[in-house]
Amino acid sequence: MSQAVNGPPAREAPGGGQFRAGSARRRIIQHAGFALLSLSAVLTVTPIVLVIAYIVQRAAPAISWDFLAGFPREGMRQGGILPAIIGTFYLTLGTAVFSVPLGVAAAVYLAEYAKDNALTRLIRVAIINLAGIPSVVYGLFGLGLFVLFLRFGTSILSASLTLSIMTLPVIISASEEALRAVPQAFRTVSVSLGGTRWQTIWRIILPQAVPGILTGVILGLERAAGETAPILFTGAAFFLPRLPHSPLDATMALPYHLFVISTQVPEMPLQIQYGTALVLISFVLGMNLIATVIRSRARARRQW
Amino acid sequence: MTGTIRQEADGAGKTRRGTPRRDWGQAVVTRAIQMSGYSAIVFVGLIFFFLVREGLPAVFQVPLGDLFAARWYPIEEYFGVLPLITGSLIVTAGAMAVAIPFGIGTALFISEIAPRWAREILKPLVELLGGLPSVVLGFLGILLLSPFLRRFLDLPTGLTALAGSLLLGGIALPTIVSIAEDALDAVPKAYREAALALGATRWQTIWGVTLPAARSGVMTAIMLGIGRAIGETMAVMMVTGNAPVLALQLASIVSPVRTMTATIAAEMGEVATGSQHYHVLFFIGMVLFLISLIVNVIASAVVFRQRSRAERVLS
Repeated sequence: MSQAVNGPPAREAPGGGQFRAGSARRRIIQHAGFALLSLSAVLTVTPIVLVIAYIVQRAAPAISWDFLAGFPREGMRQGGILPAIIGTFYLTLGTAVFSVPLGVAAAVYLAEYAKDNALTRLIRVAIINLAGIPSVVYGLFGLGLFVLFLRFGTSILSASLTLSIMTLPVIISASEEALRAVPQAFRTVSVSLGGTRWQTIWRIILPQAVPGILTGVILGLERAAGETAPILFTGAAFFLPRLPHSPLDATMALPYHLFVISTQVPEMPLQIQYGTALVLISFVLGMNLIATVIRSRARARRQW
Repeated sequence: MTGTIRQEADGAGKTRRGTPRRDWGQAVVTRAIQMSGYSAIVFVGLIFFFLVREGLPAVFQVPLGDLFAARWYPIEEYFGVLPLITGSLIVTAGAMAVAIPFGIGTALFISEIAPRWAREILKPLVELLGGLPSVVLGFLGILLLSPFLRRFLDLPTGLTALAGSLLLGGIALPTIVSIAEDALDAVPKAYREAALALGATRWQTIWGVTLPAARSGVMTAIMLGIGRAIGETMAVMMVTGNAPVLALQLASIVSPVRTMTATIAAEMGEVATGSQHYHVLFFIGMVLFLISLIVNVIASAVVFRQRSRAERVLS
């Protein structure tokens, strides 16, 4: 829609302006304004590109089989980061187990069942607030509820549950949007053929919305995978020389490990720090890439 | 429209009775979905409950005057949270000084000026910034940004509020850009066409018509950006130097500070459960929760007002 706005009528306007008095001044102002906006866009994105390129370049020598699949040695100053990689994988998986069913069900409720009343508005306000709560406050909450009150201890379980609640608003919003994007005609046809409301949702609407839901789920989990503050007191371990055996074990995790080796361990080789940062970025941006691919493929294949 | 069709569907379902087993199964599923729908409210309630449960005792254990004093030195039981609050405020203010102009400028560029190809490069890059874990930004802040600031500004240390502000600006940018851009996109095409037809230049249209029309959405973007910045933890903890001193002058921006979030993250791991220090940290969490609640309620109130106004204009 906005393309149309930027299209032909907009382009002709400056030309039209040239016939008027004072047009030179207006043109200079316009050029200055456009230059300023372009500059702000360029200054916003250039650092991102430079920074990622720099990390890749500095980290490249560190990446090896021993680094990715080995255990830390010599007080983490040598060896690999396998426990942190596996830990982040477990935490992401645990987060998905809790947040995906709950989040998608909540989205189905909002998109297909909820009436436009005060309660629904309250749910929406609650979702917006969940999305805005600082991550470290989630950490406190997880400590209070899961670690201490429910006695799950500092564990993968506590950390996953904490991350799940943090991820919930992302999954709910994205899934609801995907469900609402399914054309109304699908519902009408299904019901007119005798489908019940649940059959319509389960067999018609949800399958159509899967790519959109999946995109939202991955983006939510991507955020969970990169978070440090919520797992600080709920499940992250400073150093573990072995892999976790059960959901009640604490675990190393990539983001927390990067924090530890860049602030807590003196004389940490820079190479390992950059290597860890690169693995974390690859993990997170890889998920982002998968989400983008799913989204664009679904868009291309969609019949409506 | 959605409503009516849905109600008809409901009616249809009631006249066609399925097998009792199917009816029963559906009732269970429907109830489960309904419960999930309410879960967001339950979680906000639970979070608030646990923060109050663990945080409120601080108010009874530490006299209120001492709690809002200027000295934070937990080892000797000085629990004055003022330095932490001013630390959070100065870092957030600095972040907004960076993120608001650049965020709105970038949003305007993407939505109003950029050709299609530039837009398709810029939007994913801004999303990429939003996806970078804050601990990675903090890591880069330690290794690249703060040494640069120390040399460039000739400071005793580069780990300052300024370094935190610059990083936080970057973290808040994607939020501001994407929400402000949505708001600009939502401005009806007719507004722009009318302005151009009256002889305004594209710049005059952007500055005088489109941006003011998207004002409430842009305000929402700024509010949520502030919320994002004030709640950010890891990056800030890593680069602000962690010195709990009152930050009241302009010069404080180039000295080390300590935010509320960083204090919780740095100290919670080392306190004894149930101690005074423990309760005070939860109390700070409670304050942060209330700040984010206020910021988000204001932001969503602005969104609702804007939506109803847009509906009035378009109907």
